[in-house]
Amino acid sequence: MTPQELQVGLYRLSDNGLILGQRLSAWCGHGPALEEDIALTNTALDYLGQATLVLKQVAVQEGLGRDEDDHAFLRDSRQYHNLLICELPNGDYGFTIARQYLFSAWYRLFLEKLSTVSDEFMAGFAAKALKEVRYHHQHASDWVLRMGDGTTESHTRIQQALNVLWAYTGEFFEFDATDAALVETGCWVDSGSLKSAWEKEVRALLESATLVVPADTWFQTGGRSGRHTEHMGHLLAEMQYLQRTYPGAKW
Amino acid sequence: MTTDREVLKLLEEVTDPEIPVLNVVEMGIVRSVSVGVHGDVEVTITPTYSGCPAMRTIEEDIAEVLQEHGVSDFRVKTLLSPPWTTDWLTDGAREKLRQTGIAPPEGRSADKNLLMGKVRAIACPRCGSEQTTMVSQFGSTACKSLYKCDVCMEPFDYFKCI
Repeated sequence: MTPQELQVGLYRLSDNGLILGQRLSAWCGHGPALEEDIALTNTALDYLGQATLVLKQVAVQEGLGRDEDDHAFLRDSRQYHNLLICELPNGDYGFTIARQYLFSAWYRLFLEKLSTVSDEFMAGFAAKALKEVRYHHQHASDWVLRMGDGTTESHTRIQQALNVLWAYTGEFFEFDATDAALVETGCWVDSGSLKSAWEKEVRALLESATLVVPADTWFQTGGRSGRHTEHMGHLLAEMQYLQRTYPGAKW
Repeated sequence: MTTDREVLKLLEEVTDPEIPVLNVVEMGIVRSVSVGVHGDVEVTITPTYSGCPAMRTIEEDIAEVLQEHGVSDFRVKTLLSPPWTTDWLTDGAREKLRQTGIAPPEGRSADKNLLMGKVRAIACPRCGSEQTTMVSQFGSTACKSLYKCDVCMEPFDYFKCI
């Protein structure tokens, strides 16, 4: 494992939380009910905290005197390694919840496995984050059930969201040479091995929510290697505005 | 300042900015204190939640208390593993929470039922009734969820068991 491979691995870990946390933060003040407003912003806070822990580790590994904020705010689009599903616009509440469900069902399995690797930082981080992600997963599951098995309107909307999002779920289980190098040194997980457990769980929940599991077709790819959707530039422009305009600005 | 125990005693002055009735020692945030041969102090803390905004303030407050008591050679280290759990809240801390109107965590974090939504009855910290309803899994801070009491009708915070 080279230092570059480790850095990419850490970015793959930090950036899902950073980017999805940025997306969820936009629900602040716009949630359909006060409790949901609080739930999504709490989830966002957990994600951003997790990203901070990992980006601090990136800064330590790199040893160039930069800090976690530099890594969060001063990279360009191609240097982010998040899954594409995280950067998609929020859509309606059904879309946001459908994404939260598909993502957290995978992330939970991923962290469970990551918490057993030999690398001290990775395992420690995973055990910590897992406690939070279990709550996110529970919250999203409850809402998928409620909306799927709810009114015609809520059912239609969440089904439509699932149909769109399904093409982005293939990326959860990708495994490339960088992943392999990291697995070899005991700091990563072969995410492909999680696919059957994820499918089984998602299928059972969607069926009990009276929803149709979309058929596997062509899957979107690229985020983990820095190739993003057209939405990413807009997201970064907003997220990085302050640090780009007033470099080094602090609270 | 010479012993670990004395430093620990000082740190009891540092409270959680979001739950000011609890100090960081009884919350289990301070994991260890060690005083080196030259009187240098190392305090190890662990975050409750990854994104807990109180952590930075707690770190600063620890520094302030140590400096006030003439400890100038110190460092505050953050440790992630083992992850913080509500099991580390002392019995005294649980009682203080209840008296402030926050229901303390029920059960132990290893109880899987808690995560499956089969939450055991949470007693109202005001009237003690177990007829309570969860309003939201997420509450005013990362560590709490929101409940209401069906008997006295008061809303209250529940300190989540993790």
